[in-house]
Amino acid sequence: MLCPECGKRPATIHYTKIINGNKTEQYLCEVCAHEKGDVPTFENGFSFQKLLSSFLNFEPSFSEHESRATVKHQTLRCPTCGMTYNQFGKFGRFGCSDCYYTFRTHLEPMLRRIHGHTTHRGKIPERTKGALKIRRKLELLKEELARKVQAEEFEEAAKIRDQIRALQEQLEQ
Amino acid sequence: MSLQHFIKNAISEWMRVKGPQSDIVFSSRVRIARNLAGLPFPTLSTSSQAEEVVRMVYEAWQKDSDLPFLKKAAFIRMSDLTPLEKRVLVEKHLISPQLAEESPHGAVLLSQDEAISIMINEEDHIRIQCLFPGLQLEKAWEMASHLDDWLEKHFTFAFDDQCGYLTSCPTNLGTGIRASVMVHLPALAMIQQLPRLLPVITQVGLAVRGIYGEGSEALGQLYQISNQVTLGQSEEEIIDKLQGVVRQIIEHELDARRRILHQSALELEDRVYRSYGILAHSRVIDSKEAMQRLSDVRLGVDLNLIKEVSASVMNELMVMIQPGFLQQYAGQRLDPEERDVRRAKLIRERLLMENNNPSE
Repeated sequence: MLCPECGKRPATIHYTKIINGNKTEQYLCEVCAHEKGDVPTFENGFSFQKLLSSFLNFEPSFSEHESRATVKHQTLRCPTCGMTYNQFGKFGRFGCSDCYYTFRTHLEPMLRRIHGHTTHRGKIPERTKGALKIRRKLELLKEELARKVQAEEFEEAAKIRDQIRALQEQLEQ
Repeated sequence: MSLQHFIKNAISEWMRVKGPQSDIVFSSRVRIARNLAGLPFPTLSTSSQAEEVVRMVYEAWQKDSDLPFLKKAAFIRMSDLTPLEKRVLVEKHLISPQLAEESPHGAVLLSQDEAISIMINEEDHIRIQCLFPGLQLEKAWEMASHLDDWLEKHFTFAFDDQCGYLTSCPTNLGTGIRASVMVHLPALAMIQQLPRLLPVITQVGLAVRGIYGEGSEALGQLYQISNQVTLGQSEEEIIDKLQGVVRQIIEHELDARRRILHQSALELEDRVYRSYGILAHSRVIDSKEAMQRLSDVRLGVDLNLIKEVSASVMNELMVMIQPGFLQQYAGQRLDPEERDVRRAKLIRERLLMENNNPSE
C-alpha cells in the first residue's frame, strides 16, 4: 500500500502508538516516518533489500561509456507505476510487471549475478501457451497478407485480414 | 482452555502424519510466487487495488469451494486477527512474518489440514505454500503446481516469455519457487561438524537458515535449507538438486549418530536423560534452552534410548513452547519472564499427560 502521508512511496513501516491507553495504528513510508520523528527507524538493521541495493549501486563501471549509462539508468522511470531505477535500488523490489520491460537493459547483469541465468526454463502458464501459439500464427498471417497485397490478390488478402482481426480479438480477450 | 484442546489446535493435521525420513527431515515446503497481470505489485498498490486482489481470490475460492483441496478451507483476513493470533499462524509456519506484520490488506486461504496456505498481498499478490511431513518435496511441488493451475483458470498471471513469472523482487523471478526442508541435525552439531558442513551447502547455491526464516537463530539444531536460484532452471531441476543435497546431509547425520552411539553411548544416554529430567521438572525455562533439551530428547527417541516419550510429542512441544502459543494458551499477554515460567509448566504438564496416557 502507498504511504497515506505523502501518497508517493510504499508504506513499509507499521507502528502502534499507545498514549494513556489510547491506541492508534499507522502505516507510513520510511521518509514520512522519519519526519514524524516518533518512530524508531532501524538504520543499522540488515535486510535483504539493503544487500540487493548495495550490489546494484556499486556496479563497477569499466569504461566512461558505462558510467554514463549508470547515470542514465538511475533516472529511468517506469511509465506504468512511476518507479525509478534509483527507487528500485533502494527498495530492492519492482513496482509492477512493466518495470521488467522498462529496466530490461539493466536487468541482465543483475539477473546473471543473482541466478547465474537470464532465461526462464520452468513452467509456462496454460493461457500463455495458447497465446504464444496465436502470436506465432499472427506473424505468419501478416507475412502472407503482405505477399497477397503485393500480388494484388485483394479478395484473398481481405480474407486473411479478417482472420488476423479475429485472432487479435481472441488475444485481447 | 484444556491442554488436550490446546494441543488439538496447536498441531496441524498434516503434522500428525509420519513422513519419509521423518527422524531427520521434519517437513518439506514449497512456495511459489505469482502476480496478477495488469495490477501493480503489493508494494505500490493502493488500498482499492489490494482489496481487488483479495476479492478476486475470494471469488475464485467461492466458485470452486467443493474442490477436494479446498473443502472446509478458511479465508482469513489479517485485519480480522489480533497480533497474537497472527503470531500463532507464523509459529505454525502457515503465514510469513511479512504477511502478519506488514500487509494491511493481507489475507490467507487455509486448507482444513493446514497443509495448503495461499497468502494474498504479501510481497507478491499470491504466494502458494504447501507443507508436507518428512522429505516429500516432489509431492509438495505437485500440489503447489496443481493449485497454480487452479488459480490460473480464474486469472491471468504476469508472465514473460524470457523472464518467466514476474515477481516483485528479482530474486524470485522465473519459477517463483522456494523449496525448503526443515532438518534436525543434533549429532552433526555434537561432533562439531556443522561449522564445516553449513558453508558447503551455501557454496552449492542453497541457503541455510534458522527455523523461523531469514535472520532467525537456529534453535534446537533445526535448520531450514532452501534453493536460492529461481531463474534458468526448471522447478523439477531445482527440487532434484535440493533433494540430492538433503539426502547427503541425512547420510552424514545418520553416520554421526552411529559414531556417537558406538563411541560414547553412555554419555549420550546420560545427556538425553538429563535433558528429559530438566524438561520434566524445571520451573523456569527459556525457549533457547527448551529447544536444545527437546532436541536432545528427540535424538534419544530416534535412537531408541528413551521410551518415556514419543517423537510426536517432541514435535508438538517444539511448536507449543513458542511465545505466541504460550500467550494464546495463557489467554493473555506475557512478558518474557512470565513466558519462561509458563513454558516450563506447559512442558511438565504435557510430559505428565504422556506418562499417564501414552499416545503411541
